[in-house]
Amino acid sequence: MTDRRVDLRDPYARPHQQHSADMMGMFVFLASEIMLFGGLFAVIFVMRRLHPAEVVAASMRLHLWIGGLNTLVLLTSSLMVALAVHTARARRRHAAAGWSAAAALLGIVFLAIKTYEYSIEAARGLLPAVSVPTRFSGPVEHLFMNAYLIATGLHAVHVTIGVLLLAWMALRLRRGMLPLPGRIVTVEVTALYWHLVDVIWVFLYPVLYLAR
Amino acid sequence: MTDRTTTIDDRRARSRPETGTGDAKTGDAEIGTEQVSYLRAGHTLRSWLLTTDHKRIAILYLISVTIFFFIGGAAAALLRVDLLTPEGDLLTNEGYNRAFTLHGVIMVWFFLIPSIPNTFGNFLIPLMIGARDLAFPRLNLISWYIYILGGLFTVVVLITGGVDTGWTFYTPLSSMFSNGNVVLAATAVFIVGFSSILTGLNFIVTVHKLRCPGMTWGRLPLFVWSHYATALILVLATPVLSITLALIAAERVFGLGVFDPALGGDPLLYQHLFWFYSHPAVYIMVLPALGVVSELIAAAARKPVFGYRFVAGSSIAIAIIGFLVWGHHMFVAGQSMYASAVFSFLSLVVAVPSGIKVYNWTATLYKGHISLDPPFLFAMGFIGLFVVGGLTGLILAMLAVDVHVHDTYFVVAHFHYIMVGGTVSAYFGALHFWWPKMIGRRTSVVWGRLSAVLIFLGFNLTFFPQFILGYLGMPRRYHVYAPEFQVLHVMSSAGAGILAVAYLLPFTYLFYSMRYGAPAGPNPVGATGLEWTVPSPPPKHNFATLPVVTGPPYDYEIEHEEAGKAGGGRKGKARTTRRDRADDQGRPTRQAKTAPGEEWQ
Ligand code: HEM
Ligand SMILES: [Cu+2]
Repeated sequence: MTDRRVDLRDPYARPHQQHSADMMGMFVFLASEIMLFGGLFAVIFVMRRLHPAEVVAASMRLHLWIGGLNTLVLLTSSLMVALAVHTARARRRHAAAGWSAAAALLGIVFLAIKTYEYSIEAARGLLPAVSVPTRFSGPVEHLFMNAYLIATGLHAVHVTIGVLLLAWMALRLRRGMLPLPGRIVTVEVTALYWHLVDVIWVFLYPVLYLAR
Repeated sequence: MTDRTTTIDDRRARSRPETGTGDAKTGDAEIGTEQVSYLRAGHTLRSWLLTTDHKRIAILYLISVTIFFFIGGAAAALLRVDLLTPEGDLLTNEGYNRAFTLHGVIMVWFFLIPSIPNTFGNFLIPLMIGARDLAFPRLNLISWYIYILGGLFTVVVLITGGVDTGWTFYTPLSSMFSNGNVVLAATAVFIVGFSSILTGLNFIVTVHKLRCPGMTWGRLPLFVWSHYATALILVLATPVLSITLALIAAERVFGLGVFDPALGGDPLLYQHLFWFYSHPAVYIMVLPALGVVSELIAAAARKPVFGYRFVAGSSIAIAIIGFLVWGHHMFVAGQSMYASAVFSFLSLVVAVPSGIKVYNWTATLYKGHISLDPPFLFAMGFIGLFVVGGLTGLILAMLAVDVHVHDTYFVVAHFHYIMVGGTVSAYFGALHFWWPKMIGRRTSVVWGRLSAVLIFLGFNLTFFPQFILGYLGMPRRYHVYAPEFQVLHVMSSAGAGILAVAYLLPFTYLFYSMRYGAPAGPNPVGATGLEWTVPSPPPKHNFATLPVVTGPPYDYEIEHEEAGKAGGGRKGKARTTRRDRADDQGRPTRQAKTAPGEEWQ
């Protein structure tokens, strides 16, 4: 870790110290993100406990396979991000740029599929705040779809941010604006963020779609 | 601007508390150009608003937090004036609700939570652990801007009529019936929450990664320990509040239903989520204060803190247990009896670490050579009020008793004792203790003592009657009350008047000292700790060469033996110069108190 091109920022004396601080900062941030979604998971669990039968019935109306496809898309993109880190560590910046662009692309695919799914639900009158007229079987289904919309919506916002980060990173890697291994930490941190987005989905999917 | 040449090899080994960098009389003027104090490292507004220096950001926070303190205080004054008469003829019912809500929102989220961490934590943590700055200086600046953005939202709420839900935003009032600006207010709190998270993140990483060589975990100042514990809560609890507020806003805007039983939701869920954050949040408010008081007590007693490890560990214990007791706010809200019993028990447990701190402070003071300077008086005020607030917390935590006093003025008195009596006293103690370090000038001891005493007396006159009021059955959040309560309310309002004066006082003489105070020198209080080894005010990059720590914290032994010698000057008869105050090893001993008013020459 004694590369001269390492760009040392202000309070740091050594590259290694800066690198581990950046990584730790990201981990702490991710912990707080997990707590953010934790609140939503708490909401969903309480709903299930209060109205087990109705929630299951509502969950049946979600599109298991569309959600499953999306899970697959996200998991693949996670793999690509991992490859981006791997190639970046080997200082192959063009390969790294390619992998992160691919991951960003899959993120867009995820969002497109999600939008398609929302549109089906809206057409069936199942999407709160959007569907007119709404056709919920009862208040619990309405509530469940609300929670579904908020949770997946918040997740989609995170995906969007992740896509932008990945695309920007790909661009900078391509143009050589992220010297490697000096700024490897940028790649690692972005990858961590993307993995988190992925992991959250991996929990949302069973809780919303599968637990029927 | 990074000093990249400094590596471990060329760091001069320095033992602490080596002081006396430069002649104290000339302050920072004599030190080389790269040692220009942070205050003088740029004079333009831009150099302040775009700074990444943790010390300047601390000053930005100090100014903005003070402004919010006075806005919140003005709302409190309004409430107390209104409560002078049982009829409530100053404010309408609606107006009263809006006033106490704004008071609560501003005081809790814009003063109590950021006050000590964001000003003193920001200023001191890097200095105390021997770092040049926080781990993420730009993030630090960003979090100030986020704080200001949240503040602007609050001001908009204020101008557009306010909110009437109370600072807790309880549903269904907030989600269905309130006709105030709930969404805007929730947004304001949501935004300021981000600022908290970023600050907490910065503190955690800084303490982990930027300690100077030799600054082991077992040598961290207690102030840093308590901020570390606070930061853990900030990072883990605040996001839960954020999502809760987002749900409230969604509930209000498009009838989400999560908290509405008519739609299949659960109103208790709101309270669980809210208190899951807000009980830990009370420790966000008080833990930094506990850290401040530990420093003040050690400096006042001139002894190592008794049971350092226990005091440090108790901060972490408070942080952890604090997450498990939120349900004690819901004893009468309809949660299951078993849950209540468990929460009641856990709440009693949380008092243990707080008790440890108080006992250890007392043991530290025992046989210490104490002088009654303002920081010490503030610390003593803190302990007194904190103990009353904590013990009444225990009373409230007992299931059966709480049923009697729940939502009465007893609760109001309890949390004001802790939050206002405790945290605000500690805040003022910190302000007096570290003011010379921040500004480079000393301030009046006499006025400091006066305001410490006035705050203590005014505080007790304001809030003690409220315990009685609550016990007699006066509910909180009412402004029309039975005439027999009037005497106690008038006492309380009179106390609030004293308190207002007592809180305004420091701002006048501290401000005055910025111009007319005597130069402080690196270590005017004769305390240990790395922050006292650099000039006052510290240079932009804190340490010319990063320090190396070789000894335990609060290494006061030598001064302790010398204290008799220095004690003579304290009576005010000897006008010792600063050189006289250093013992033969060049360490400053206890600073002799000079005659009243002399500090302002
Ligand atoms: C350490 C600092 C503390 C702070 C800043 C604090 C603050 C507060 C606040 C703000 C409230 C009122 C909440 C509301 O608006 O409804 C409150 C209520 C309460 N506090 Fe504390 N508190 C502290 C410590 C404690 C301790 C140590 C205990 C128990 C061991 C405790 C037990 C309670 C209980 C049971 C209530 C609810 C009372 C009721 O509503 O009937 N508190 N506290
Ligand atoms: Cu509590």
